[in-house]
Amino acid sequence: MEPFTTHTGVGVPLRRSNVDTDQIIPAVYLKRVSRTGFEDGLFAAWRADETFVLNQEPFRAGSVLVAGPDFGTGSSREHAVWALADYGFRVVVSARFADIFRGNAGKQGLLTAECEQSDVEQLWKILENEPGTAVTVDLTAKTVSAKDFTARFRIDDYTRWRLLEGLDDIALTLRHADAIAEFEKSRPAWKPVTTPLGAA
Amino acid sequence: MARTLAEKVWDAHVVRRGEGDEPDLLYIDLHLVHEVTSPQAFDGLRLAGRPVRRPDLTIATEDHNVPTVDIDKPIADPVSRTQVDTLRRNCEEFGVRLHPMGDAEQGIVHVIGPQLGLTQPGMTVVCGDSHTSTHGAFGAMAFGIGTSEVEHVLATQTLPLRPFKTMAITVDGELAPGVTAKDVILAVIAKIGTGGGQGYVLEYRGSAIEALSMEARMTICNMSIEAGARAGMVAPDETTFAYLSGRPHAPKGEEWNAALENWRQLRTDEGAEFDAEVHIDATSLTPFVTWGTNPGQGLPLSERVPDPEAIADENERVAAEKALAYMDLTPGTPLRDITVDTVFLGSCTNGRIEDLRAAAEVLRGRQVAKDVRMLVVPGSMKVRAQAESEGLHKVFIAAGAEWRQAGCSMCLGMNPDQLRPGERSASTSNRNFEGRQGKGGRTHLVSPLVAAATAVRGTLSTPDDLF
Repeated sequence: MEPFTTHTGVGVPLRRSNVDTDQIIPAVYLKRVSRTGFEDGLFAAWRADETFVLNQEPFRAGSVLVAGPDFGTGSSREHAVWALADYGFRVVVSARFADIFRGNAGKQGLLTAECEQSDVEQLWKILENEPGTAVTVDLTAKTVSAKDFTARFRIDDYTRWRLLEGLDDIALTLRHADAIAEFEKSRPAWKPVTTPLGAA
Repeated sequence: MARTLAEKVWDAHVVRRGEGDEPDLLYIDLHLVHEVTSPQAFDGLRLAGRPVRRPDLTIATEDHNVPTVDIDKPIADPVSRTQVDTLRRNCEEFGVRLHPMGDAEQGIVHVIGPQLGLTQPGMTVVCGDSHTSTHGAFGAMAFGIGTSEVEHVLATQTLPLRPFKTMAITVDGELAPGVTAKDVILAVIAKIGTGGGQGYVLEYRGSAIEALSMEARMTICNMSIEAGARAGMVAPDETTFAYLSGRPHAPKGEEWNAALENWRQLRTDEGAEFDAEVHIDATSLTPFVTWGTNPGQGLPLSERVPDPEAIADENERVAAEKALAYMDLTPGTPLRDITVDTVFLGSCTNGRIEDLRAAAEVLRGRQVAKDVRMLVVPGSMKVRAQAESEGLHKVFIAAGAEWRQAGCSMCLGMNPDQLRPGERSASTSNRNFEGRQGKGGRTHLVSPLVAAATAVRGTLSTPDDLF
């Protein structure tokens, strides 16, 4: 994973709450077995409407999405994060994120910056008044700014550290392989295994 | 110290406590795998040269893509076929047990785990699917994960996680006849909202929950994610033990007794504190239906389509306006007057034998309305076989419904079972998101009883409306 410290890019105002992962990428795009190339599925249904924000010129090149509350609800599909990242987004700003989406984003280096809804609305105004305005997100300082407006955002310290360092979770966990093996010895015998019945 | 059920299960699985901000490392007892969210995870293992640490705690099935007709033929859609073939190759290469299309044990991943007796009280269960919360009905800690986490569990059989907060959802009193587990959970979501459960594991308790069958409890836990929760749980009791007894992978003999002793401890202690509490009076509940495009936008079926003008919160008002525009509904219309063209009975929410029995009882001797298409999709091949042994399929077929093979089907339309643009369904599934059941399709979430009655009348209805 690429380390993340600061990012500056075109901010995209998405005035919708409850943006579920079926909207971020519909199920039909989930049949692929690759890990890249999901940008065509991003907001596929909404992008069919030419008035949709990502079809407007300065926003097309956006990399900081500023959305309404409860972003990423619903399905656990990590494809939603891949679609956003493949399109070019590095940051999503929202007042509330669904837990699984937030977790998935953290694994892929997509920053979920949780702001107050009033700050989101301030950002929306700025981005709508001057389309193409750059938004700067500073993970070290935990701030998001546009023009002369700056807001603080929340992110848990562990995810922040992993993003700043660009660390891979599996490698971190495997440092504790001995503890895992030790734990396994203490599991009760009655716990089930999936080995087919009758097999050795 | 007094602990909640969720805390007990969590504590029993901590491999290593996190220091400071670090998450705990949690051991995973059972990992369920399907074709959609696993290919990139297996690829990751291959790239890193890592094996599956515990294939004996892992089981796979094909459910999301599989067609529900002509399953003896190759899958027609080449992209779906490739995804299913990829799962088969990965399971072969990494030694994971797989129940493929056509197999007697194949079915929706959340139906087959409990059916096989693999889901047991006090376990940690994960799957790359948000409806993994279903398994919490057994008093397991069960939650959905993303593909990176699927890879993590395959490689380490653990996950780094911070403890979830706890919320008690107490449903006391007796449900009226015709009011089902689906109505309870839709009412819960309407009450706390699609984000109300964020960060929480919900423990459903109270006399109404205790009176429910295991399958009904699964319906409730299944939709915990629609309230934004990480998981939902019900404390195991005699109903749970009776369901498990004799299942293929349930403990036997002395091990059953040892397990039972352990399982009986899995209750929230007297005096334990939840981080949040919600109370619902079961006697106040009636059949529920959604009118909008998220599962929190629901109302009793006796009500009317709401007027966004009357909603004070600006975000909710805008969301309601957008939802009504998408759903093509006019404020003030009685929900009972809404006409559907499709009825879908199935999914990991309501595709079990009790759901099919309930719907068949309504349809017996009746006909699906002209111009309505009804799909009946059992949650698993075992459910299908059970239904056929009871003659339920004959009731569905005689009524004019389509009797299909097992899979996720129209819940999310990854296979050919989809709504066409503008079509409207009454669906026993779990999500009414825009386009969820097919591009441009409109979904009303309902119970199996309401689904069956709606199929007969052609408008959203309860069985009482048929007399």
